[in-house]
Amino acid sequence: MLEISNLTHTYGSGPSAHTALGGIDLRVAEGELVCIVGPSGSGKSTLLRSIAGLLRPTGGRITLDGTPVAQIPDDLAVVFQDYSRSLFPWMSVADNVSLPLRRKGQSRKQRTRSAAEALEQVGLASAGSKYPWELSGGMQQRVSIARALAYRPSLLLMDEPFGSVDAQTREDLEDLTLLVRGLHNMTILLITHDIDESVYVGDRVVVLSKAPARVVGDLRVDLPGPRDQINTREHSDFVRLRGEVGRLVRGVRPSQPSAL
Amino acid sequence: MSGRALLRNRVVCGALGVATLLLLAEAAGRAGLFGQDTLPLTSTIVARTVELAGDEEFLTDVAATMTAWSLGLLLTVAVTVPLGLLLGSLPKVEATVRPLIEFLRPIPSVALIPLAILLFPDRLDLKIAVIFYASCWPILINTMYGLRDVDPVAKETLRSFGFGPLAVLWRVSLPSTAPFIATGVRLAGGIALILAVSAELLAGGSDGIGAYVIEASSSPDGLEFIIAATVWAGILGVVTNSLFIGAERRLFRWHTARAGVAA
Repeated sequence: MLEISNLTHTYGSGPSAHTALGGIDLRVAEGELVCIVGPSGSGKSTLLRSIAGLLRPTGGRITLDGTPVAQIPDDLAVVFQDYSRSLFPWMSVADNVSLPLRRKGQSRKQRTRSAAEALEQVGLASAGSKYPWELSGGMQQRVSIARALAYRPSLLLMDEPFGSVDAQTREDLEDLTLLVRGLHNMTILLITHDIDESVYVGDRVVVLSKAPARVVGDLRVDLPGPRDQINTREHSDFVRLRGEVGRLVRGVRPSQPSAL
Repeated sequence: MSGRALLRNRVVCGALGVATLLLLAEAAGRAGLFGQDTLPLTSTIVARTVELAGDEEFLTDVAATMTAWSLGLLLTVAVTVPLGLLLGSLPKVEATVRPLIEFLRPIPSVALIPLAILLFPDRLDLKIAVIFYASCWPILINTMYGLRDVDPVAKETLRSFGFGPLAVLWRVSLPSTAPFIATGVRLAGGIALILAVSAELLAGGSDGIGAYVIEASSSPDGLEFIIAATVWAGILGVVTNSLFIGAERRLFRWHTARAGVAA
């Protein structure tokens, strides 16, 4: 579905140039939920922005369903970390959710219905007439997710989506992501710096190195479903995978026993 | 409400201050501290001010001033907001025009009225022209700066859904700049009133608050009427300003509410 080959990106030029991506290769199959983890400053967001067409990478190739990404792809939605800046404060929650649907040429009635449906799916059926800033942070991020869902993207990109909410809300939103992923056969790419989260949510965890980023690990997560915040996190496979991802993120070779 | 609580109310406090000042002036006048041909008694001025409210000739003059004010302001908004949006979204063009703006802006607008008198034989055209020149700056500058302040994440969000630059301007940049534009329009409204009356004072003519004042200055008890007309000009300024503030509060509740959360 998504194919990335030898993707490189360098910010600036000359002695102050910063190479964020040092040749990324990645293939994502349709319907997969892939988490991308890496240390901070590892170019995770650069990767996401390149896929979204918001940034033109300096080298390499990205294809989506066989078509090279040159501009912003049609069938794609992004959930940003900063929900309070990503939602439009002058519009009601329902209008925020239905606005992108104008791109799909839907009638007003259809848009209203799609928005209401998406809000119900994220558990905010009665919040449509409120304004985003009247809601809590977690609820605002639910609105962002509803906005993406209503758009019915084939690829959903999530950039540190739960980085600005408290731990309890974070778990709720992780479970929401697992719940909605099956709704429209979406492929999801979720960027996070939280190792536990990547293992808990993902079908696959791709680990990036420090900048210039490369893929240093690609692990399949085979946990018994349905996943559950308590039991899954106690599962021996979860604990093992978490350790493996952790070592990869810290740059410790997986075969080496830890220093302790 | 107890007396102490009343004092905490800003409106009550302000009214109290004004009333005290007026009473002191009245007392000083009656005590003979200054001649009534220098400053008429407060009570006389109040009486004349009330009298003017029923004076048909004066009301026609107020209507003339406010017509020029509203037409001038309307024209300024219609021209300046799109211009500000254009300059704000095209930094290269802005850089080219910037020196011109910096040169024109500090010229005291009132000093341009004699020039405008030569250029515009029609009184209304003249007033609209000087109002435009003076009040375009706050709107232009606020629009440009407001546009620069638009959150890049908000713009990127809409872009990521495949919206083009014009749609982003219309659906994100314009609404989030609107509160800044509104502040610019409010400031411009105050300036426009100054310019309307100044043009009437300098250019003469037969209508407008300024024309009324000039006419009154040639009559024996003119001083009282000049002051009363000035009081009305002040009232008009306060009323229009608070109408603008009220409209801003109502329309941009999201702006103040969000700023309140951030603070």
